[in-house]
Amino acid sequence: MTWREIQKDFPILNQRIGEHRLAYLDNAASSQVPQQVVDRLEEYLTREHSNVHRGVHALSQRATESFDQAREKVASFLNAPSSAQCIFTRGTTEGINLVAHGFGRKFLGKGDTIVVSALEHHANIVPWQMLGEERGVSLRVIPMNDRGELLLEELPDLLDDSVKLVCVNHVSNALGTINDVARVVELAHGRDIPVLIDGAQAVPHMKVDVQELGADFYAFSSHKMCGPTGVGVLYAKKKWLDRMNPFLGGGDMILSVTWEGTTFNEAPHKFEAGTPPIMAAIGLGAAIDYLEGIGLDAIGAREAELLAQATERILEVDGVRLYGTAEEKAGVLSFDVEGVHPHDIGTILDSQGVAIRAGHHCAQPVMNRLGIPATARASFAFYNDEEDIDQLIDGVRLVKEIFG
Amino acid sequence: MTNMRALYQEVILDHNRKPRNFGPLPEATCQATGDNPLCGDHYDIYAVVEDGVIQKVGFHGEGCAISKAAASMMTVRAKGKTVDEAREMIEEFRQMLTGRLDLSGEHSLGHLTVFEGVSQLPQRVKCAVLPWHALDAALRGEEVTSTEGEADVWTEE
Ligand SMILES: Cc1ncc(COP(=O)(O)O)c(C=O)c1O
Repeated sequence: MTWREIQKDFPILNQRIGEHRLAYLDNAASSQVPQQVVDRLEEYLTREHSNVHRGVHALSQRATESFDQAREKVASFLNAPSSAQCIFTRGTTEGINLVAHGFGRKFLGKGDTIVVSALEHHANIVPWQMLGEERGVSLRVIPMNDRGELLLEELPDLLDDSVKLVCVNHVSNALGTINDVARVVELAHGRDIPVLIDGAQAVPHMKVDVQELGADFYAFSSHKMCGPTGVGVLYAKKKWLDRMNPFLGGGDMILSVTWEGTTFNEAPHKFEAGTPPIMAAIGLGAAIDYLEGIGLDAIGAREAELLAQATERILEVDGVRLYGTAEEKAGVLSFDVEGVHPHDIGTILDSQGVAIRAGHHCAQPVMNRLGIPATARASFAFYNDEEDIDQLIDGVRLVKEIFG
Repeated sequence: MTNMRALYQEVILDHNRKPRNFGPLPEATCQATGDNPLCGDHYDIYAVVEDGVIQKVGFHGEGCAISKAAASMMTVRAKGKTVDEAREMIEEFRQMLTGRLDLSGEHSLGHLTVFEGVSQLPQRVKCAVLPWHALDAALRGEEVTSTEGEADVWTEE
């Protein structure tokens, strides 16, 4: 398989935006879906669709089997000890909120502290602020340097007896920094503090082993790893799942319901009230097969190559400033052009068929730390190529030309 | 796809580079803040109103070229207008950006028609409207306005 051939798996890439070829460089927001996943969704919808765990009939058995298989694929993808520890959510955001609700409200109270990092997405800040407001829990922040690297040498000083949880992303969506989460876990566990890792930007680009990392919680979204929207996964250690409060109440999460009370089902069902996103979960399973078929190491290496090329080329354009220059970096290029607001960069690139994101990337504290309102962000996937980079660079030159 | 040169016309780029009436106006009789939380654009709009006539408008803040040029040209255009005239102009500007103003007919927008191209870019309409929205709030005696939430009626049909 060559990368050229792999591109053919993504029919959506082969289209024109106005008179220009599409250069899709907004993969950190949502990646594209290969034909193999589309086919699997079609097969499900035309052969298997029905509700799961409820019917005695053939279709329900087929749907249940496919749904359960998808969970097995997730478990093996993460190297989780058991698929029962992989909860289907609506996405990373819901996974983190589930922990804030099920773990936070159960175990945290007044005077306790949660440590987060300076690089977090709002999804890993706001749920903790909300919990803090409700329970009198305060937040403490691991600082970063100007390159966008966390200052982990300061973490030990932040970890006193009041700290009950550390929350950090594996890869920053705003700057691309790959954080040394294994080190975070080591330091936190040294003081018996559990760690939640937001893996939304990591799982599409590198092999993740939750046991090797020692993560207590690990959350990600399907739509950033070639799967459909509407589903994500929260992995958690069994000791926490057994003791946490359920999240939503309803069908499927119970063993029995009487007017006197309810007995909850066990994980994962305890945390999956109502009809789950069956189709999307099966699509996620197919996306995992697809990524593993290519190999995550090969994917990571290809993306590193694209990032290196794009970085070198964009720096040749006068007035371009890069944000996020960490030593360990995934395929994210956050930049601006002197004297031009990122939104104007985004509009001009769009007119040339180049899809990027402009804004604060749901990481306003990162922007504030860097003293900028926003950045333009090109983010790469393995199905991008040199032509996409050419088009990006030509677009940035056009920005310069228009703004003089 | 909209032609970028038609969107980023020289007048707009000029006002972006050298915004007019830029900076706080200590003598303002009313003022309001306009925020676009989605992209972080933020402007304070100041006006000196005497006997129902706008003597001066100033602005301060940061944002994209479209919003900054819109604010700068607004400060020039609104000066000397009565509050009622300014209101009408605000309404016409909004109609132009949502494609509902017949520019060949009578209107009071003058040079502001350079922003017509923005109506082809739904994601950027809010940028151009933001300072006007804030001026409207200031004239009505409100202090904070946002492109989000209830204020969305501004860019809806
Ligand atoms: C690092 C990170 N965390 C969390 C999220 C939220 O993911 P979702 O919107 O799929 O819940 C994203 C994506 O937007 C992200 O990049």
